[in-house]
Amino acid sequence: MNRFTRQLYAAFLRVAIAIELQYRASSVIWLLGIVIEPVIYLAVWSAAAQAQGGEIGGFGPREFAAYYLVLTLVNQITQGWHMWEFQYRVQQGQFAFLLLRPVHPIHGDLAENLAHKVVMQVALLPMLGALAFVFEPRFAVEPWALALFLPALALAFALRFVVEWTLALACFWTTRIMAVNQTYFAVLFFLSGRVAPVALLPSGVQWAADALPFRWMISFPVELALGRLSPAQVATGFAAQAVWIGVASLLLTAIWPRALRRFSAVGT
Amino acid sequence: MRSLGIFWVFAKLGFQNEAAYRANFWVQIFESLLNVGTALSAVAVIFARTDTIAGWRAPELISLLGVYFVVYGAIQVVISPSLTKFMEDVRSGALDFTLTKPADAQLLVSMSEVRVWKLVDLALGLAILASGLSRISAEVGVWEALGFGVALVAGAVTVYSFWMVLATCAFWFVRLENLLMIFWNVYQAGRWPVDVYPRWLRWTLTGLVPVALAVTVPAEALAGRLSAANLGLACAVALALAIGSRWFWKIGLRHYSGASA
Repeated sequence: MNRFTRQLYAAFLRVAIAIELQYRASSVIWLLGIVIEPVIYLAVWSAAAQAQGGEIGGFGPREFAAYYLVLTLVNQITQGWHMWEFQYRVQQGQFAFLLLRPVHPIHGDLAENLAHKVVMQVALLPMLGALAFVFEPRFAVEPWALALFLPALALAFALRFVVEWTLALACFWTTRIMAVNQTYFAVLFFLSGRVAPVALLPSGVQWAADALPFRWMISFPVELALGRLSPAQVATGFAAQAVWIGVASLLLTAIWPRALRRFSAVGT
Repeated sequence: MRSLGIFWVFAKLGFQNEAAYRANFWVQIFESLLNVGTALSAVAVIFARTDTIAGWRAPELISLLGVYFVVYGAIQVVISPSLTKFMEDVRSGALDFTLTKPADAQLLVSMSEVRVWKLVDLALGLAILASGLSRISAEVGVWEALGFGVALVAGAVTVYSFWMVLATCAFWFVRLENLLMIFWNVYQAGRWPVDVYPRWLRWTLTGLVPVALAVTVPAEALAGRLSAANLGLACAVALALAIGSRWFWKIGLRHYSGASA
């Protein structure tokens, strides 16, 4: 990383953190939205496990608790909001300002995203602690798997960020971006381990989860941290992450210049 | 009778406004189908692994989803757009025009904006409810059906009054979008019967947002597991909230000083 990039990110991060601290209340409410969905599915699956005599496919209520608590953290750390924000940027001509800067706008977005994640841990980690107190998760920790959790998480973040940023560019071509977004989030919900651990999905859906990028965005680091993957599966996971990041980055570099040519700012 | 007439006028107006954007109708159908499809698929994924959760079987849970989308549709068609507009009107002062009209102001602000395309959600909810019911129809007797009707009305009154209380806060606070976001976040918990949740969460959900009363209680009535005492309680809560929100609205209205005055 050269000196210019370092200074650039330092400046972006300073601004982004200041903004984060300004809008604390909205951030906490945003966080409530992040936490509530995993808690719902944790409760539903625990009830299902109890109805099935204590466990489903190796998951009892306490294993589900461990799974969904880690998933909440991974989902929060990897998520972005650019797919929602881009339509305002285009409709209100904000892109004109971003494009005036001498750097690619993805840098500002990345710094803003990282700042949000860092600041939000102050609220999220205590919340997860309280949930852990109530749901009593049981972790089966493998030291080697735990050591690989951070790299897997970082790659998952990179993958989700690049994919969502690229998809967000669709708003240069269509004004009905909501339909695109909703489709993406519905697929993500099923294939990323949020509706159920991938191992509990029907086999056809599992196959789709392996073949598409979504599992590697959220589910993979969670399964890794909980020691549910064999070394071979872990290697496959890292390979899948790397391949998908490569594909998404290529798409991004190919689409971005075309999106720019489509863009004509409304004078403000 | 007169209030029905006013509602009819607003509904016609809403239709005329939205008929100009016909493509939105197809987008709405797509989004609603996606929403409903996601919810049904989630039920399918879970019931591939179990045959009951917290005592609920699949057709009963599908009926519950039907109730969920019916209530969701009702909120989206009239309650949410009207009261969101009302909150903006308080901020901009346009509420003055509503107050000068010769009809009850609460009535007017509660139905001033009708989004007809959102009826798709309501229709899909009814379709799901019907398909769930058709599989347990042998067990649904007159009393269950009657209890369902009463519970649904009580739930609707509760949800409306709850929104009314939230909206009335606009007389004092300017930024309320966040409160509404909390409502929608918590409301999605209603896709599952509240018996699924641990006791502390069940009470938080019921206390924070009346999702249990709006969705679970009517569905319980259909499944024949609602006691008369609980139905009475739901009606009592609905009545109390309706009176309370009316009273709160009057206090808020006295607090409103208008834009130009």
